[in-house]
Amino acid sequence: MPKPVLTARGISKHFGGLTAVDDVDFEVSAGEVVALLGDNGAGKSTLIKCISGVYRPETGEVSFKGADITGHAPADIRQRGIETIYQDLALAENLDVGANVFLGKELTRRLLGLLPVTDDQRMRNEASGALDQLDIHIPSLKQKLVNLSGGQRQAVAITRALYWQAQLMIMDEPTAALAVPEQRKVLALIRSLRESGIPVILISHTLHDVMAVADRLVIMRRGQVVANIPRAEASEELVVRHIVGAA
Amino acid sequence: MQLPSRLGAAQRQSLVDSRFIDFLTKSWSYFFLLGLVIFFSLTGMGFFSVRNFASILTTSTLIMLMSIGQTYVVITAGIDLSIGWTVGLSSVTTARVMRDLADSGNDVAYAMLVGVFAGLLVALIPGLVNGVLVAKIKVPPFIATLGMFGIVRGAAFLLTDGQQVVRGLSAELRESLRMIGNGSVLYYIPDRGFEWFALPPDLPPQQLRLVSQLLPYPVIITALVVLVFAFILARTKFGRHTYVIGGSEEAARRSGINVDRHLIIIYIICGLTAGIAGVLHLFRFTAGAPQAGEAALLSSVAAVVIGGTNLFGGEGDIMGAVVGSLIIAVLQTGLVILNIDSIWQFIVVGVVIIIAVLVNQLQAALERFQSNA
Repeated sequence: MPKPVLTARGISKHFGGLTAVDDVDFEVSAGEVVALLGDNGAGKSTLIKCISGVYRPETGEVSFKGADITGHAPADIRQRGIETIYQDLALAENLDVGANVFLGKELTRRLLGLLPVTDDQRMRNEASGALDQLDIHIPSLKQKLVNLSGGQRQAVAITRALYWQAQLMIMDEPTAALAVPEQRKVLALIRSLRESGIPVILISHTLHDVMAVADRLVIMRRGQVVANIPRAEASEELVVRHIVGAA
Repeated sequence: MQLPSRLGAAQRQSLVDSRFIDFLTKSWSYFFLLGLVIFFSLTGMGFFSVRNFASILTTSTLIMLMSIGQTYVVITAGIDLSIGWTVGLSSVTTARVMRDLADSGNDVAYAMLVGVFAGLLVALIPGLVNGVLVAKIKVPPFIATLGMFGIVRGAAFLLTDGQQVVRGLSAELRESLRMIGNGSVLYYIPDRGFEWFALPPDLPPQQLRLVSQLLPYPVIITALVVLVFAFILARTKFGRHTYVIGGSEEAARRSGINVDRHLIIIYIICGLTAGIAGVLHLFRFTAGAPQAGEAALLSSVAAVVIGGTNLFGGEGDIMGAVVGSLIIAVLQTGLVILNIDSIWQFIVVGVVIIIAVLVNQLQAALERFQSNA
């Protein structure tokens, strides 16, 4: 087993009287796809938000690549390479692929050596190169995202994260809103992330997806990790039993 | 990796069509404007003349200036209802400052300069407040700017002591205002040729009525403002971020764009272009009037919508607003020349707005249809 990239130890988080996450340990190693499973309210999202900086855990610590990142601001954690792709993807659908890959970090050039203007051609070229590396083909990069399919948009979000040097990808229900063929494409993308050595935390309700791509399954129930099993040892039945608490 | 390599194969089919629809929705207003000009030129005596075109351009400046700032606001899925009165506030403030400075013995040119500066500056205040209300306090733009509508209206009338105009502008000041507001860089006088900057003082009145203004100052000033703000919106990072916020405020925030600051600046820009409109109104009509932009507010929103800017945000451009403003100005002038009761102008503009929205929805509907197909 390679050395873990991300380690969370003894994480707890309460909301009023509710214990959302209760003394949880969680690890991700390089090139590993870890599925985080559990029923609604099991604490998956809270745990992830404690990692991505949205919440500050009350106890425990999170370290990433050897550095303590507990309680750091979300922007700082992103800066360090932990990228969270939410269901809404945080894309501007009224703009093209290039603009979205460079959202908020637009490349500029000087018009007539004077006026700073956005360099759309260069952004498209860079985006195109990044998409090629992931073997994603989008017919026209001048297309607005609203004209692309859900899977293509997901691919753009992933490409953007990778272009900006993401080193750990957290994906929240990446296939939830997609048609079946598109789901398969996204799963293939997750596999190619793993092949390029980037670990993925996959939050999903869809057991089928999890079984198709995950290397390890972490199952939460009522704020605690109730199972941490390699994919090879997991069966759908066993996973369901853990999720509902009948194991 | 065979699957992602086929991403988008199904999209290729629809690409051509969607581009055609894009073209249609982006360009219909240009063709509509062209059609209107041809129609009025064929049916209205005197419509097709340099003199009349210069007059249409001058008429359009008020709405056009207001619609520039409004375009920025609407692209962020907002609306600014207060700018009609901001025009008035700016006009009144400029007039008062000019009058008071000139009356207290200052040079008229100096009084005018300071007055213009004051008029532009005061217009930024409602913009700033609107921006803070919308960005920081999360008041819906409709409500925030409706409140500001009342406040600015009251402020403008307070500055005229409830009168319809600022009283007591000296003859010298009014003449100086008129020279710019009704002046032109280049004149054409039939039988006498071109004159730069000023008409000969000995021109008989019957010839004066035939003079064509080739480059009226208000049109030049407006054109410069259009160029600057069209450039900023279309080419700069600031413009790009405006579209990002309109497309998804959440995406903008997560990508590190300072959305609050950006929105505040945009509402200030909207106040500024209304302020320019107010100052220009004073120069053109030599009267500081609180209600200078009242009727133009809805026309400016109409111009923005006719120009293809989406009221839900994320789409639109300044050239659209320019064309929209021209359509309204051409309709106003054309109907007068055809001797049609000016009341019809409201009905026709109303119909055009609805057509504009329908064309936009046609695009959305076809896109939905295609992505389902």
